[in-house]
Amino acid sequence: MKKFEQLRGIVAPLDRANIDTDAIIPKQFLKSIKRSGFGQNLFDEWRYLDYGEPGKDAASRQLNPDFILNQSRYQGAKILVTRDNFGCGSSREHAPWALQDYGFAVIIAPSFADIFYNNCFKIGLLPIVLESPVVDRLIRDALTVDGYQLEINLEAQTVMALSGETYWFEVDHFRKHCLLNGLDEIGLTLQHADRIRKFEINRRNEQPWLFL
Amino acid sequence: MKTLYDKLWNGHVVHAESDDPNGMVILYIDRHLVHEVTSPQAFENLKLSGRRPWRTDSILAVADHNVPTTDRSSGISDPISRLQVETLSQNCEEFAITEFKMDDERQGIVHVIGPEQGATLPGMTVVCGDSHTSTHGAFACLAFGIGTSEVEHVLATQCLVARKSKTMLVKVEGNLGQGVTAKDIALAIIGEIGTAGGTGHAIEFAGNAIRSLSMEGRMTLCNMAIEAGARAGMIGVDDVTINYIKGRPFAPRKDLWDRAVTYWRTLKSDEDAVFDHIVELKAENIKPQVTWGTSPEMVTTIDGYVPDPADISDPIKRHNIEHALEYMGLKPGTPIQDIALDKIFIGSCTNSRIEDLRAAAEIVKGKRIAPNIKLAMVVPGSGLVKSMAETEGLDRIFQAAGFEWREPGCSMCLAMNDDKLLPGERCASTSNRNFEGRQGPGGRTHLVSPSMAAAAAISGHFVDVRSFAH
Repeated sequence: MKKFEQLRGIVAPLDRANIDTDAIIPKQFLKSIKRSGFGQNLFDEWRYLDYGEPGKDAASRQLNPDFILNQSRYQGAKILVTRDNFGCGSSREHAPWALQDYGFAVIIAPSFADIFYNNCFKIGLLPIVLESPVVDRLIRDALTVDGYQLEINLEAQTVMALSGETYWFEVDHFRKHCLLNGLDEIGLTLQHADRIRKFEINRRNEQPWLFL
Repeated sequence: MKTLYDKLWNGHVVHAESDDPNGMVILYIDRHLVHEVTSPQAFENLKLSGRRPWRTDSILAVADHNVPTTDRSSGISDPISRLQVETLSQNCEEFAITEFKMDDERQGIVHVIGPEQGATLPGMTVVCGDSHTSTHGAFACLAFGIGTSEVEHVLATQCLVARKSKTMLVKVEGNLGQGVTAKDIALAIIGEIGTAGGTGHAIEFAGNAIRSLSMEGRMTLCNMAIEAGARAGMIGVDDVTINYIKGRPFAPRKDLWDRAVTYWRTLKSDEDAVFDHIVELKAENIKPQVTWGTSPEMVTTIDGYVPDPADISDPIKRHNIEHALEYMGLKPGTPIQDIALDKIFIGSCTNSRIEDLRAAAEIVKGKRIAPNIKLAMVVPGSGLVKSMAETEGLDRIFQAAGFEWREPGCSMCLAMNDDKLLPGERCASTSNRNFEGRQGPGGRTHLVSPSMAAAAAISGHFVDVRSFAH
């Protein structure tokens, strides 16, 4: 996994609650057996006026001028600010893949769906929970101030506006450690291989029917 | 003093990284269910890292999302879908993993076949790269959906790095009215607590209305726990659980069976267990439910009306409702029973088991679908459900009524195969999600129980199944 460095970037607002993973990356793109290339179909049904299909050249498609991410001021945005329960629905990791492939490195919301939140950390995309009134302000500023940026410091667990206002966020210690160092979680678990084997032997003795 | 969740969690902790009870632990996984959509990248990375599956006998694989529900003799026509299904088979062959292929009668929706085979047993941790893995919690399992990186993690280590959830008890006491099903309980709960109500929690369902449900009904309920935001839903073991499992292919036999049952009987919350949250519903108050919006929490009763956003004071909620009504093409104040339909879908990991098909068949028996219904389809959850239904003559009842009788798979629940809604089409669906575009771009989904979907097919619009003439 890629290390999460300190980051400063343009903020794109998506003022809507309960954005589900079907909206983030529609199911027809889930037929791919690859991990990359989902960015061009991020929010496909909102972003384009025509129906998207795998293999369709994005350059030939009709952009929806009313969709906020299509506005020129949000091009190159690295930070998405959105509403409650972002990423609800299916467990598809294709959703964080698509967000990351599009260029987002940080998603800020008052709350996230559990599986989505968990999936983000596995690929080095940072989901940040901030209180609703703070998110209100960030969305308002991103809508009104041209080129509005935020600076994210994972080490210090802060989100800083260029005006100097700083908001602290919580993140699990282990997840932070993995992100900051770009660690391979599987490798970390395999350091406990002996413990896993021992656990498994006990389990086999106590509940042999689980090993039929 | 322990909850069922505590017992399941504690029994699977291999190693705790710290003394913090809310810290990350290494959690052992007993059963890994695998399907074609969320596994190819996991297998690919596993191989690129020079690793192998830790315990192949814990894995059961099946292709369900992409498979056609029409004639399968010539395979899958869409080359991208075909490649994904073939990739699953190649991975399973390479590592000698048990897979039920498309021509195997045991093939079906992963959350139907696990329990059907007895591959889901009480006390297990069950994971799958699919959010509806919560279904298996009906068997007093700790079962939850994971992403592809975690699929790879479980393949490589038989474990996950996880953090304990909070607990929520949802208690439903009393007697369910005639025509009211597990699906209606699930939607009523989501209507009450919202789609984020269970976020960060594992839900245990309890109370005599839950005890009165069959295993099929309990699976429907736990299946929808994720739509309430909870990764896991679960129900303690009782005779209903044990009777369902007995004799299934992967279930223990003879001495081992007795030993297992003795242990399984302990898998329920202690009388004095403490939960972080408790939600109580009275079964008598639950009526047949119909969703009207683009989130499962946008739900009302069959005698209800489409809400008016003008009545909502919270601006974000109001905005969401306006957006949903526009997408759904519905006017505020419309009686639910006046909503006319184009298509009917009976199927999905929520409602495609034999009991669901029986309930729907009972409604349509001797009747015809309404002329405005362009397509009504029944997609059994597995080949075995299909053949049992055929033995009972249900296929003939459905077909005589004008329904199509299909091959098993996820089908129009998420429309990854050819079964989909066209833009603007309105569907009464027994599936679990009414998100925008879920059943096809521009499609409009109303979630209901199987008997409500069947009654809607006959009437051409929603109708109260409690007063529907048999």
